[in-house]
Amino acid sequence: MSDKEKSQIEKQGSTRRTFLKNSGLAVGGLILGGAVGSMFDRNSEIGVKTEQKSQTQANNPNEALMFFYPEEYQTTAAAAERIFPKDDLGPGAMELNAAIYIDHQLNSGWGVNEKDYKLGPYYKPEPTQGEQNRLYRKDLFRLGLKELNTYSNKNYKKKFTELEANEQDEVLAAFEKGKASSLSGASSSAFFQLLRTLTIEGVYADPLYGGNKEMLGWQMRKYPGSRMSYTKEIQSKEFLKLDPNSLQSHMKHS
Amino acid sequence: MAKKLPKVPVVVVGMGWAGGIIASELTKAGIKVVGLERGKERDMSDYLMVHDELRFQHREELMQDLSKETITHRNNQKMRALPMRNYGTFIVGEGLGGAGSHWNGQTYRFLPYDFEIKSLTETRYGKNKIKSDYPIQDWGITYDQIEPYYDTFEKMAGISGETVKLYGKRSNPYPTGPMIKTPVLAEFEQAAKKLGYKPYMIPSANLSENYENPDGISRSACQYCAFCENFGCEYGAKADPVVTVIPVAKKTGNLDLRTYSNVTRILNDGTKATGVIYVDTFTGEEFEQPAEVVVLASYVFNNVRLLLNSNLGIPYDPKTRNGVIGKNYCYQVSSGYSSLYYNDREFNIYGGAGALGIEIAEFTGDNFDHSDVNFLHGAGIRTTQYGNRPIANNNSPIGTPSWGAEFKKQSIKYANSILQVKSQGASMPHIQNYLDLDPTYKDVYGMPLLRMTYDYTAQDRELVKYMAKVTRSIAKKMGPDHIDTVAEQADFNVNTDTNTHNTGGVIMGADPKNSAVNTYLQMWDAENVFVAGSSAFPHNSSFNPTGTLGAFSYRAAEGIVKYLKKGGSLV
Repeated sequence: MSDKEKSQIEKQGSTRRTFLKNSGLAVGGLILGGAVGSMFDRNSEIGVKTEQKSQTQANNPNEALMFFYPEEYQTTAAAAERIFPKDDLGPGAMELNAAIYIDHQLNSGWGVNEKDYKLGPYYKPEPTQGEQNRLYRKDLFRLGLKELNTYSNKNYKKKFTELEANEQDEVLAAFEKGKASSLSGASSSAFFQLLRTLTIEGVYADPLYGGNKEMLGWQMRKYPGSRMSYTKEIQSKEFLKLDPNSLQSHMKHS
Repeated sequence: MAKKLPKVPVVVVGMGWAGGIIASELTKAGIKVVGLERGKERDMSDYLMVHDELRFQHREELMQDLSKETITHRNNQKMRALPMRNYGTFIVGEGLGGAGSHWNGQTYRFLPYDFEIKSLTETRYGKNKIKSDYPIQDWGITYDQIEPYYDTFEKMAGISGETVKLYGKRSNPYPTGPMIKTPVLAEFEQAAKKLGYKPYMIPSANLSENYENPDGISRSACQYCAFCENFGCEYGAKADPVVTVIPVAKKTGNLDLRTYSNVTRILNDGTKATGVIYVDTFTGEEFEQPAEVVVLASYVFNNVRLLLNSNLGIPYDPKTRNGVIGKNYCYQVSSGYSSLYYNDREFNIYGGAGALGIEIAEFTGDNFDHSDVNFLHGAGIRTTQYGNRPIANNNSPIGTPSWGAEFKKQSIKYANSILQVKSQGASMPHIQNYLDLDPTYKDVYGMPLLRMTYDYTAQDRELVKYMAKVTRSIAKKMGPDHIDTVAEQADFNVNTDTNTHNTGGVIMGADPKNSAVNTYLQMWDAENVFVAGSSAFPHNSSFNPTGTLGAFSYRAAEGIVKYLKKGGSLV
């Protein structure tokens, strides 16, 4: 990309941000709700990438929300980014669309624990007995997002998305340790573990689920995705880097 | 009121390896069999879109639906057992093929020592070596007696492997040669040889070459595509009831296979069964299927639960030590291992197969002197190459945070630069480790859930410490930049432990006082009930259980054919 093109995109981004600030809401992608300003002020580079993505969003109807409300999505995207941040190795959870993945998962049967044993009674477990929690995953996640903001407001006088990265890390660390308020009986660490698990999945699951955008999650760790045979590769003493394939490449067999 | 169906010679409950083998052998002998399976029907074409780590591994597509039935667990009798609400530790298969569809394919035989463990231990170390709270017992059969059945199972499945001197004598070599010894496995091999051990390739049900079995079933060679455990094999390279014994049984025309049929009770008068009650899982309609012979061939947990819920056999009582159903539940111990991190080397560990691995025999069974250690039996020490899928494998040296910038950096740095030397240890029975019915929790049909009372024993903890040291010594010789060794066995945790080899509860033996079935897996208390599967193991060896489960399923099938002709006890 030439500097001229880059500056053009930045300019478009800035124009669009202004529009969004005024309207307060945009549809799809990363730019949603009132957190827009602070997010882009903190990391203008993400803003640039988002503008590039917006060109192709029309081609991917999957990049839209089926579960979250816009501010929940923003909070999720920001929190997931702290679990798996952008660095010089490559994109973070935000660019990889982990929050889109999370949105879709929470709207699935898994979000309502369809294959879990749900009959009562519920008792407080010993540490060796696994979660004993009445809440559906979708509700635990929604309550956790709300508590991220409550906790941030209480301790920093800002919403979670308005915090600096190191402050967001402090908040998440407190959740991880179960130090935030109980979420209708569930510990804040249960929410944190759900967030962590979903973020890793959103970064590395097959792109058919909405995350791992353009298989860039796999690319970063030289994982070739889904291929039919590695008989040759496993015999090689040298590391063989292959371009990743997604499950879509198997559709021709179906 | 259950709808009563016409009587059949044999009804089989559960169509995994045990049920599939028995159905195949009986139908080939001209016997009509009804096979009841609570999950879905499957064939090989169902596996074409199976390379999906999320769907099959992390959402457990091939596993039992826990919303309908689970187990409850407590570490000891003082605790209240609570339901395992989702998967975290062992996985339980559901649907045609059962665990035989989602397994890795590691297909060992147990050792001659395993079958006569009590006698041989006492002969070598004296009567006091086995402590009184470990109800270790001989199996009522010797290795030489079960050897021909192992041979039959291995030929049916086409097991790929090499003969190991320290193990039991083989009547035939493995039907196919060992799998490819990759550079990763060669690293282990060289290190182990330097220490004087004799590494061998893990025997594999992922075929090393194209193979046609004695039933005329042809299957293709493994492509090392890295999707075995939790997945079905789209090549049929991994032996699976769905691509081996079940098509053979179907072809005879003697198998009446009914899927979505969940058995809830065995009808019996305390000495003989008359049939089973099952529910159509969609409509809820109940059926009574009368039969001459009832074969229980579901998973360990459900075999035990069905007997207890049907008042068949005497439940084990940990206080008096009387009774047999639920006794000697065993697991395995895998917590001693070393992780090897390399800074400048990358391996092609995105590829692999479920039974691609290399191991040493020197620390299994009684192949080393136990005079000065506080445990019996031992462990296989090994390196495997399953194919490291990215959601499940985010390893970094101990001390690295589990999220954030450093987590990302380290887990990606080592994504292709980590190897492991692992141990899989035998599990000895303990009087306080057992299975019974839960007093509180029920399944969706209103039947009590199975309650597991289980924790690792002092023996397990000693074994783990010892084996961890062995893994470390081999790891050092492999020369990585960093080694982490885990050497402590934590308490059993129903949501974090990783081994999925459950055994016992309906154990075999020579004496009705301390066993539930004879070595044909025929119940002592009901001669027309056979209970197949690893529920029959009096203890668990250090090896994956399927080879032994398969061998005993062939022996049970032989017993059932005899029983249908002559009746009575087979021993």
